[in-house]
Amino acid sequence: MGADIYLDNAATTPVRQEVIETLLDSLPKTFGNASSIHSFGQDAKRLLEESRERLGTCIGASAEEVIFTGGGTESDNLALRGAAYALRDRGNHIITTGIEHHAVLNCCKDLESEGFDVTYLPVNRECRLDPQWLVELIKPETTLVSVMFANNETGSLQPLEDVGRITGEKGIVFHTDAVQALGKVPVDVDRLGVDLLSMSAHKIYGPKGVGALYIRKGTPIQPIVFGGSHEKGLRPGTENVPGIAAFATAAELAVSELKDSDGHIRGLREKLASGVEKGIRGVHRNGNPESSLPNILNMSFEGVDGESLLLNLDLLGIAVSTGSACTSGATEPSHVLTAMGLSPLLAQGSLRFSFGRENTSGEVDRVLEVLPDVVSRLRKLSTIKISE
Amino acid sequence: MPDRIVVAMSGGVDSSVAAALLKEKGFDVVGIGLSLVEPGEVSDDKSCCGITSMDDARRVAEKLSIPFYVLNFKDDFRSSVIEYFTTSYVRGETPNPCVPCNGIIKFDGLMRVALGLEATCLATGHYARVAFDEDSGRYILRTGLDDSKDQSYFLHSLTQYQLSRAIFPVGELDKNDTRREARRFGLKVSDKPESQDTCFIGTEGCGAFVTAFTGKGPESGPILDESGGVIGTHRGLPYYTVGQRRGLGVSRAEPVYVIDIDPDNNSITVAPRARLSRESEVLIDEVNFISIKPPSGPFEVSVKTRYGKPAQPATFVPTGDTSATVRFDSPQEPTAPGQSVVSYIGDAVVAGGIAKRKG
Repeated sequence: MGADIYLDNAATTPVRQEVIETLLDSLPKTFGNASSIHSFGQDAKRLLEESRERLGTCIGASAEEVIFTGGGTESDNLALRGAAYALRDRGNHIITTGIEHHAVLNCCKDLESEGFDVTYLPVNRECRLDPQWLVELIKPETTLVSVMFANNETGSLQPLEDVGRITGEKGIVFHTDAVQALGKVPVDVDRLGVDLLSMSAHKIYGPKGVGALYIRKGTPIQPIVFGGSHEKGLRPGTENVPGIAAFATAAELAVSELKDSDGHIRGLREKLASGVEKGIRGVHRNGNPESSLPNILNMSFEGVDGESLLLNLDLLGIAVSTGSACTSGATEPSHVLTAMGLSPLLAQGSLRFSFGRENTSGEVDRVLEVLPDVVSRLRKLSTIKISE
Repeated sequence: MPDRIVVAMSGGVDSSVAAALLKEKGFDVVGIGLSLVEPGEVSDDKSCCGITSMDDARRVAEKLSIPFYVLNFKDDFRSSVIEYFTTSYVRGETPNPCVPCNGIIKFDGLMRVALGLEATCLATGHYARVAFDEDSGRYILRTGLDDSKDQSYFLHSLTQYQLSRAIFPVGELDKNDTRREARRFGLKVSDKPESQDTCFIGTEGCGAFVTAFTGKGPESGPILDESGGVIGTHRGLPYYTVGQRRGLGVSRAEPVYVIDIDPDNNSITVAPRARLSRESEVLIDEVNFISIKPPSGPFEVSVKTRYGKPAQPATFVPTGDTSATVRFDSPQEPTAPGQSVVSYIGDAVVAGGIAKRKG
């Protein structure tokens, strides 16, 4: 099969060498429990707090505003449940969008079953929220708004600064799931006007199982997991210090390389996009490249089943995804593509290519070499009568 | 490059051995498992293609070093198999869901995926055999070598196109040989018990399943004797099948059996055993011809009117392009409408169709 080509970086990323070194260094040396008083504990505490400071810097926040969690999903849950319940006496209305990751959507559905009222805002054909809908749907009972920074399936960037302005004026808590955005576009919590921001390590060449939640000082929030008093009582549990240190390393590097990596990755993406558009007819690009993350390319291929495309590519050594990794195997087509107004048929024929720092131009050439044949073969097949 | 073959893997011993045999022969084997029902819809240990089965299949694939994917066919399965099943039961018929599952889900839906992956064929663990016959120019479907495990009965709807791209690697084996082969290949599934009964129905039984799935309460109606007299009450047509003796709730001098289910009158007719074996023929439609082209006149066959029943000598009389009357040489028990009626000449499947209710 030859060397494998990994184009599913939005699902997860390879752990980079510097991060591995941080882990290899800290795992044996800094094993202490950061809550212990003795020197082993203090060493761990030092590394923990250092990492916290470093991560805060990446998003323009102070160290005390960063809480470490077990990942992006957990951060989303803590943000939504933790804030919704802390704000319960002010109101019970939450506004979010229909294109959020399932970590946000299912958490909201769960809150609905507990008596919260949730409004899911629509997006336009380019997978972008119109802030005007938010203005119209805010009510006195609205306490929390959650809008993702960038969508994981299409890469579409959302108008966070506009949302931040609107929620700021009304004193409504603003959460954003920035899991896909950190390290790919600049993230500054004050410029955005967010109160809560979810982050994850494994999307930026860090290890899985580590995430963080930014909590602006003064934001009402309560824990959802109970135990000791770690992380200001908001996320009890002995801290995964080596993982956290690795996260900080990954974030720092990603943010410092942002400009160069944007150029490299965006270049590869556009090379693939234009190659596909030139070499295959009946393809549609989903989302607007002008206002999207640099690494994600989502395309629909008419007359083809996305899953069949995916299998064919995998057998040819090329890894991509249809919709987000978490929704594969779901009965309905992607909720994001559906929210954008794509017909179920077109949504079913979609692929997501997501680039990373390790991808090369040669890899794009290889994809362009094999993809047109696969598509045309599958299209011919869909016309054959088999069981009649 | 070796030919690619996709194997439908259920996690059971038959399809696992099928994959192993093909890999051993040097084919480029790709295993695919089918996700057919929602987790929780059917109790997992019962369901043939449930989550634990897919784990078993995946482990076999790892052992054989072949790629393995699980594909979602839930929507198609629901509409082509489950809905077909419940609609038929509500009409008082006794459908065979394995037939559309094979014809539509496996050998159409999955076959299309296989062809899309440039596979030359789709293989399954069915006990059956298929080969091209030069003289007739047709693909012939034959019983598996092990008659006790033969599954050709469930494949009667396959078209020539489907048969031309189908392979049944265990069809030449005895069931004991299959388990022996599984052990030879070191597959953990060698001692797995057989999956029995309908794969998507748990311990609740057909009647309860149909009621729950359709959301329509069972409608009770009269149980009649042969002269039309009401002798009891049934609890809803989906709970009964022609030939059934138990659970009728009717006390007579001797045991009685269901001989007819009438959906128009919502009634069931029963009769004592002595009156059972007197059907001279069964009407069938949706007839699919396999070893022969659609014939112009009647011809002799051996016919199976139920999976577990031995084939009976009969005359196949075509009455239309896809309909026929099968006349038994000696009188038989009534055939439950909805059941497959499969006609053989020797070990070759001549034609298969679905039994219709008379009148």
